[in-house]
Amino acid sequence: MKTAFMDRLLQAYRDSDDLFVLTADLGFRLFDGFEAAAPRRFYNVGVAESNMIGIAAGLSLCGKSVYCYSIIPFLVMRPFEQIRVDIAYHGLNVKLVGAGGGFTYGCEGFTHFALEDLALMSSLPNMTVVVPADPLEAEAVAGLSLEHDGPMYIRLGGRGGPVIHDRTPEMEIGRAMVLREGEDAAVIATGEMVHAGMLVAGMLSERGLSTTVVNMHTLKPLDTGIIAALASTHEAVFTIEEHNTRGGLGSAVSAVLAENGYSGVFRRFGIDEGACKGFVGGSAFLRERSGLTPENLSEAISVSLRRA
Amino acid sequence: MAAGSELARFEEISRRVRISVLEMIYRTGSPHIGPSFSVVEILVALYFRFMNATAGAERDRFLLSKGHACPALYAVLHEKGLISREDLDGFALDGGTLQQHPVLDPGRGIEASTGSLGHGLSIAAGMALAGRVDGKEYKVYVLLSDGELNEGSVWEAVMFAGHHGLDNLVALVDYNRMQALGRTDDIVGLDPLGEKWRAFGWHVHEVDGHDFGEIFEALGALSMGRPNVLILHTVKGKGVSFMENDVLWHYRSPDEREYEAALKELRR
Repeated sequence: MKTAFMDRLLQAYRDSDDLFVLTADLGFRLFDGFEAAAPRRFYNVGVAESNMIGIAAGLSLCGKSVYCYSIIPFLVMRPFEQIRVDIAYHGLNVKLVGAGGGFTYGCEGFTHFALEDLALMSSLPNMTVVVPADPLEAEAVAGLSLEHDGPMYIRLGGRGGPVIHDRTPEMEIGRAMVLREGEDAAVIATGEMVHAGMLVAGMLSERGLSTTVVNMHTLKPLDTGIIAALASTHEAVFTIEEHNTRGGLGSAVSAVLAENGYSGVFRRFGIDEGACKGFVGGSAFLRERSGLTPENLSEAISVSLRRA
Repeated sequence: MAAGSELARFEEISRRVRISVLEMIYRTGSPHIGPSFSVVEILVALYFRFMNATAGAERDRFLLSKGHACPALYAVLHEKGLISREDLDGFALDGGTLQQHPVLDPGRGIEASTGSLGHGLSIAAGMALAGRVDGKEYKVYVLLSDGELNEGSVWEAVMFAGHHGLDNLVALVDYNRMQALGRTDDIVGLDPLGEKWRAFGWHVHEVDGHDFGEIFEALGALSMGRPNVLILHTVKGKGVSFMENDVLWHYRSPDEREYEAALKELRR
């Protein structure tokens, strides 16, 4: 996913005089092409994320388009206040490209997990928050980010990642993507959990249940229209995200449902506070421990539907 | 070196700026008169002798990283014609025009929203980098407080600018030796301050921050190939005897009697 994003960005970087790329000493080999193409517009600022955000703000205030890269907690949590003041309130054209959504970094442990980033970034004024679901979406989002003049947070997974599309999809920021239409339940997912959502729909279909699957790739601005529409046509709505259940996709969707007077079944699937405590393991293992496998999810959804 | 009549002109502007600051702060019960008074001479020197603040994209940039001293900046920008009298009158009022910390507004000479300490030097380094890559001649000046140097992010930027030899970047440290709650020496001592910057690759100028002669000499002799810092030895509350070197005046706003007494001293 990272490579797909950066390959698309590199094409634009080669053709531009005003595009700068900064990293805080992460992304091994990821930036070789940038350094070779225009070394005066690529900087490894060192392990100094707060400084990176300030430098990006200064460049942007002089008319530059700037991309900042690091692993998510270091990119958006360490320098949160610099992002708030220097980027978000200023409304600057700075893109924050974060690697390692959710449990991507597995055995590296919770210091490297991204479980609160969507809540933090969605709370900021002027900030657009986008989560591609697969490498082809990451490529498409890179293209969209180049046309977007303003602050944007892009949450990427790790290397590779699941495959949803067989060609680069048409995407629009703030407009969710319906991947499958059904009648019994609606599943709204974001990021790599979109793939899980598709597998869930397949498993539910074997149980005779038809499921709508929506890829909510933009968390902010949220496509409230599609949520309201799903509420009026589906008796059950579920959200799936690799993020704390507080402040992410589930919270955002629940607010829209409540404001629309939704009285059907609603359940959020995500990561409970402290879920990663005491577990050592890879990302797949940790997702399973949080119930985020297609098997667990389809079982839990079936149970919810039977009770309704 | 500036001639006597020229020095008198700068001193007269400084006097007007201090009166303006006193009026703004007294009228609104605002804090930060002490840290505003300690930076008046450097601001006047920059805006009236060294900076071209109105040249569009080619303009020199100034960032008030110690944003809480903005009454002094607003008063100087008013003297330069960038901020109107009406805007000054709207300082710190409900529905007014200017906050107690600056908000980005390049049209009025405010290059970034500041007031959260530890941001300005990084932003200034980014601006300096842009100028260098674009081959532009402008300089970026950034004024930091001494207490602000407690912030780790400042030293990230000091290292970065030193490593890249950003000689179009000039840092100015208002070393009045007092921060919000007391003396810097008692809270987290900064000395030897010049040696610290020098060790990070900067050219260091130690000057009396209220002496135009010394400020002019330093700003006129900036080193090439590396960033420059002026360590301005200043007095918090400078210009009003009972405010000088008293941490009380970091926050206290004068009452009527104090206002009258201060005005009398500044008009003298």
